Amino acid sequence: MENLEKYDKAFMEVFELSKENLNEKLVYQSIQLWDSVGHMSLIAALEDTFNIMMEMDDIIDLSSYEKGKEILADKYGVSL
Amino acid sequence: MTYEAVLQLEPYQVDRVSKKEMFTKELLRMTEFHIENCPQYARMMRAIGFNPALADNYESIPFLPVRLFKELELCSVQKEDVYKIMTSSGTSGQQVSKIYLDKATAANQQKTLAKIFSNIAGGMRMPMIIVDCPSVLKNRNMFSARGAGILGFSIFARKKIYALNDDMELQIDAIQKFLEEYKGEKVLLFGFTFMVWQHFYKALKQSGRRLELGNAILIHGGGWKKMVLEAVTPEAFNSALRDLCGIPQVVNYYGMVEQTGCIYIECEEGHLHASTYSDVIIRRGGDFSVATDGERGIIQVVSLLPWSYPGHSLLTEDEGVLLGEDNCPCGRKGKYFKVLGRLKNAEIRGCSDTYATKF
Repeated sequence: MENLEKYDKAFMEVFELSKENLNEKLVYQSIQLWDSVGHMSLIAALEDTFNIMMEMDDIIDLSSYEKGKEILADKYGVSL
Repeated sequence: MTYEAVLQLEPYQVDRVSKKEMFTKELLRMTEFHIENCPQYARMMRAIGFNPALADNYESIPFLPVRLFKELELCSVQKEDVYKIMTSSGTSGQQVSKIYLDKATAANQQKTLAKIFSNIAGGMRMPMIIVDCPSVLKNRNMFSARGAGILGFSIFARKKIYALNDDMELQIDAIQKFLEEYKGEKVLLFGFTFMVWQHFYKALKQSGRRLELGNAILIHGGGWKKMVLEAVTPEAFNSALRDLCGIPQVVNYYGMVEQTGCIYIECEEGHLHASTYSDVIIRRGGDFSVATDGERGIIQVVSLLPWSYPGHSLLTEDEGVLLGEDNCPCGRKGKYFKVLGRLKNAEIRGCSDTYATKF
């Protein structure tokens, strides 16, 4: 599976979304499931998927679907 | 100055002169905002004749008693902008505080906690043992103080495990397995003081078994009243945990659901520290004037965080004493203090204390 596909899968599974919901409008707190509980589940899913350990600042900065791609690419060498 | 800008400042590097200037300006701005946006708050300020435009010091800003959040629905944002409601964990017969959060305030609470916590424990995320039961987070739209605390600290966790099951029984085997898996790593233990004492320390001691926690940091907070009844002082608590489990770093914190995020963490010297984002003022019980250093009084807490509810200046039901400002041997700037306990006759209302009334 390509990295982007894996990335999308994490969002879809954690937030119970379909592919067409994954866009620039998907930001922290924009849907009910992406609250602080959901955020920690997302981080856990991303960490497991890409076998990385994220820093606290990055977890806080990861405030949208798009921003997450940027952080993973720039900080953790996951090309998306 | 936005709160986001305040958060850019380091948690323990603002000296008293800059802090006073910043807090006076910002807290007065918050007072004006809440007057404009929370009708009950505006009525209270009018009733006592407080005009923010005439005030020149944040110490002169009125404080609301924390129990007012139980009696009134104090909210400074439109109902449709309320994102979460946080409650103190009341049991039947006790009224709960209700704290209304919008998205920005909820996010800022988490960010603030992260800034403060990293200063004490480092920015690394650790395997975390939560000394509580999984069911405490069951309603995600209405968090109890216990749930909010656990959730807030979960961001520092890489992997987590609950130490108790829903019958509050210590899961020693599971913890042992968890520790085995993360051998050699620093482990974070988190829980409310009474939970840690009743369901972790006592249960472990009774079992006669041992847990290898020589590389752990224990963070605990949330009410000493029940502990006082158990005749356990903070010092005895720390040394008991150290002796039984070999935990080298036991850190107490002071905080309340009405100002979630802005916790006061104990330094290496055993002093509770106010961070850049909040402050304490000790008031004399008789006339509410500001007490001098070393003088016992009631703790007032002020914080730059609460914009969605008028909780920026609150009078707690705790007694404490100011030990100093900017000159703690640990090197942190800001006020440092000691909590002496609950005011006599104050209703039991700490995070874990409401649970504690069952014992």
